[in-house]
Amino acid sequence: MSEQPEVLLDARDVEVTYPIKGFGKKPFKALKGVSLDIRPGECVGLVGESGSGKTTLGRAILGLAPVTGGTIRYRGKEIQGLSRRQRRPLSAEIQVVFQDPYGSLNPSMTIEQILTEPLSVAGVPGAEARARVGTLLDRVGLPGDSAHRLPREFSGGQRQRIAIARALALRPSLIVCDEPVSALDLSTQARVLELLIEIQEQTGVAYLFVSHDLAVVRHISHRVAVMYRGEIVESGDGDQVTARPEHPYTQRLFMAAPLPDPDRQAARRAERLQLAAQA
Amino acid sequence: MTSTPVSPAPATTPAKVSLTGRLLRNPTGLVSLVILLLVVLVALFGSFLAPKDPDAASLSTILAPPGTDGLLLGGDSAGRDVLSRLLVSTQISVAAGFVALIVALVLGTAGGLVAGYRGGWFDTVSSWLTSLLMALPGMIVLLAARAVLGPSVFTSMAIFGVLMAPAYYRLVYASVTSVRAELYVDAAKVSGLSDPRIVARHILRVVRAPVIIQSAIIMGIALAIQSGLEFLGLGDTETPTWGSMLNDGFANIYKEPILMLWPSLAIAITCTALVLLANAMRDELEQSRKPRRRRNAPAAVVERADTVATHPDDAHSPRGETLLSVRDLVVGYAQRDGSTKVVVHGIDLDVRRGEVHGLIGESGSGKTQTAFGVLGLLPAGGRVVGGSIVFDGTELTGLKESEVRKLRGVRMAYIPQEPMSNLDPSFTIGYQLTEPMRVTKGMSKAEAKEKALALLARVGIPDPERTYKAYPHEVSGGMAQRVLIAGAVSCEPDLLIADEPTTALDVTVQAEVLDLLRDLQAERDMGLLMVTHNFGVVADLCDRVSVMQHGRIVETGPVRGIFTDPRHEYTRALLEAVVLEDGDPRGELGATPAAAPAAGTTGDATDDNEEVHA
Repeated sequence: MSEQPEVLLDARDVEVTYPIKGFGKKPFKALKGVSLDIRPGECVGLVGESGSGKTTLGRAILGLAPVTGGTIRYRGKEIQGLSRRQRRPLSAEIQVVFQDPYGSLNPSMTIEQILTEPLSVAGVPGAEARARVGTLLDRVGLPGDSAHRLPREFSGGQRQRIAIARALALRPSLIVCDEPVSALDLSTQARVLELLIEIQEQTGVAYLFVSHDLAVVRHISHRVAVMYRGEIVESGDGDQVTARPEHPYTQRLFMAAPLPDPDRQAARRAERLQLAAQA
Repeated sequence: MTSTPVSPAPATTPAKVSLTGRLLRNPTGLVSLVILLLVVLVALFGSFLAPKDPDAASLSTILAPPGTDGLLLGGDSAGRDVLSRLLVSTQISVAAGFVALIVALVLGTAGGLVAGYRGGWFDTVSSWLTSLLMALPGMIVLLAARAVLGPSVFTSMAIFGVLMAPAYYRLVYASVTSVRAELYVDAAKVSGLSDPRIVARHILRVVRAPVIIQSAIIMGIALAIQSGLEFLGLGDTETPTWGSMLNDGFANIYKEPILMLWPSLAIAITCTALVLLANAMRDELEQSRKPRRRRNAPAAVVERADTVATHPDDAHSPRGETLLSVRDLVVGYAQRDGSTKVVVHGIDLDVRRGEVHGLIGESGSGKTQTAFGVLGLLPAGGRVVGGSIVFDGTELTGLKESEVRKLRGVRMAYIPQEPMSNLDPSFTIGYQLTEPMRVTKGMSKAEAKEKALALLARVGIPDPERTYKAYPHEVSGGMAQRVLIAGAVSCEPDLLIADEPTTALDVTVQAEVLDLLRDLQAERDMGLLMVTHNFGVVADLCDRVSVMQHGRIVETGPVRGIFTDPRHEYTRALLEAVVLEDGDPRGELGATPAAAPAAGTTGDATDDNEEVHA
C-alpha cells in the first residue's frame, strides 16, 4: 500500500472555549488547538482523565460543543460551526454512543420508537423503518421481541446495545463512542467491546473511541492519542502508545492502572513509587 | 450479517398499565374520578335537567323550606328554585374554572418550554415576569380588575389564570432544564431532529404527568377563589354561580340556614375530589405508597450457595484474630405486596485484624448490601432478615440503634464511593472533621482542630490549613476522598469498610488513594473490608478475597490462590473478562486480524449477569 489512505475526518488546531458566567471571568478553554485524523474503517482511541477535554473533542465533532478556533473537515468539507439545519445531512454520516446507557435512552419511549427516530428524520417511511428495527436488534444481539419494551426492562449492557443499534440505524461512516463501556460490568464490558470490533470489521465504520481506560483503548484501537489538559500530548500506533509510552503523563497513566495479578502489581507499584520519587 | 442465537426475552414482564387504569384501581382515585365525572355531567347537562327556570322568581316560594311546592331544595331569597339554580350554576362555575385553568396552562407551559429549552433573553424576561406575577397579591389584582372591567366571572377567571401561570411555568421550566441536559436529547440532536420535534417527542413526555397533576390542583384553587369572589358579592349577581348562591344563603343565614348548605357542599366536594385526584395520580406515578408489611406475609426465600470454593491460607495471609465475623447473613427488602425480596442469601465472611479483605462482584451481586448490612445503614425497606454479625465479640444484629451508633464511626468506619455527595456542602471541611471527634471523644475545639490538621497532612493534602477552612465544592474529587478517609480514621477505628472508594476517581488519583489506604491500614493495624468490582484494586491491596454473585459468596481465599487457581466458574469467567493492559493490541489498520471472527460469536445478549433494575 503505497498511496496514502483517504482521510475521513480531519480536525486541525480545534479550540473549544466555554464562557464562564459572571462579569469579567476568564472563559474556560476546554480544547487548546487539538489535531487528529481518522481514516475510514479505523478506530482511533482517545485517552485522558476527567477534565482533559477528550469528551469535548467528541462533542465538537458531533456539533454539540462550540468550536471557537481551528477546522474540522469531514470528507474534505468543513463542518465546524454549521447550524443544526445545515448539519442534518451529516446525521447519516456521524453518529454517537454515549457513556451512560441509562441517560442516553428516553425512559418513556419503546425500543422501536427509539430506533426508528433517526430513520424517520432521514425520511425513511414508517413501515420500512419498523421493518429495519428487527435487523438492527439482530445486529447487536438482542431478541426481536425487544422492540415493544421500554428501556427500564433492560440491563446496562443491553441498553448499551440498543444505543449502538440506534447509532447504526443510518449506516454511518463514523461513530463517536464516548466511554461506551465505562459504566458496564466487567464481563459485559468485554462483550460490548467484541461487538463493536465485529461491527467495525463487517461494516467498515470508523470509531473515535473516547475512554479513560488504557487497557480498553489498547484492545480496540488501531491508533491512540493521549489528552492532557486540553491538548494531545502523545499519539501514534496503539501498541506503542499503550505499552511503551514516551510522554511522562502517559507513563504515569500507564503505571497507575493496577494489574489484576498480586505479584506483578506489587512490582508495578514499586516501579511507580520509584518513578514518583525521582520526579 | 450474523445469525444470532435468539435468547430468551429479558426477565421482566412489560407492566404497561395506563395511568387511568392504575387510577381506577386506586380507591381514592376511583372515588374522586367518579365524583368529578358527575360534576362534569351536571355541568354539561344541568340546564336540561333543571326542573324549573332558574331565574323565575316567585313571591310564594321566597325562602321556602325544601320540599315546598315541589321545590326539592326549596326557594331562595327571590323565590327561585334552589335545585335548578344549583344545576345551572355548576355549568357556569366549572366553565369559569376551566377558563382560569386553560389560560394558566397555555401561558405557563408554553413560556416554561421556550424559556427552559432556548434560554437566552426570553428566559431572563419571562423569569422576571413570573417573579413579578408571584409577588402580586392575587385578590387585590382581581378586585382592581373588577372595578375596571366589570363584574364578569369569566374575565376575572381569565385574569386569575394569568396570575396562576407561574405555577406551570416553574414546573415546566424545571423539568425542561433537567431534560435538556439528558444524553438522549443530545442523541436526538445528532440524529438531526429539529427543536420543535425534540420538544414534542422528548420533552413534552416528561412534563406531561406533573402538568396533569398540577392542573387538578389549579382547578381546585380556581373554583375556590371564584366562589370567594362571588361570595363577597363582587361577581355578577344575575348569573347563578356557586359563589353567588353562597352569598344569597349567607344573607339569609338566620332565616333559612340550609340555603348555605347546597353551594357549600358543591364547592367542598368538587375541590376535595380534585385535590385527592392529584394526590392519587402522584402516588400512582411515583409509586410512593409505602410497602405494607402483612402479618402473614410469605417467608423470605433464601437460596444459599451450594458450596463455597474455599482456598486454604498461604504464607502471605495475615494471622490476626477475627475482628468481624458474619455468619449466614440474609438481607432483604420489603416489597409492595408484603413479601421480602432477598438480596443477600446467607453469606459467611471473616475479616481479621490487620487484614484487607476484598469483596468483589458485579452490579447486583449484593456486595454493597452486605457492607451496609454490617454497618446497619441499609436504605429504607431493607433489613437484616437473619444470621449474625459479630464485631470484636459483640453481636450487632438486634442491637439498639443507639448502641450501634456508639460503634459506627468510632470503632467501625465507612468510606463511601461518591466523596462529594458524602460531604455536606454547607459546612466547612474542618467543621465536618472535628465535629465527630468532639462528640465521640469529647475533645475540645482546639484539640480536635490540631488533630484534624495532622490527619489532613497525613492523608497527603498539600495545604491542610487551607483545606480545613474550605467548603467541599472548593476541593477536587480526589481531595474530597482523602478528606473522607481522614474523617474515617479520625476516631481510630478497628475496622474500615470501604465501598468502591476509588471508582469515581481518575486512575492516577486512584493509585494514590490506594497507596494511602494501604499505608494507613498497615500503620494502624486495622481490618479493612474493601468492596469493589475491580480486580486490579483487589490485586493491589487485598490479602484475602471473597467473590460474590447473585447475593452469594461463591469463592473465598487468599488473593494469590484466587488469581492463580480460580475454582468457581464465575470467578474464572470474571478473570477472563478483564481486558488486560498487556493483552494483544488491536494492531494497525489494514493488517490481517490474527483470527477472523467466527460468525455469531458475540451476538449473545444473555451476557448480562447484572440484574435489571426496574
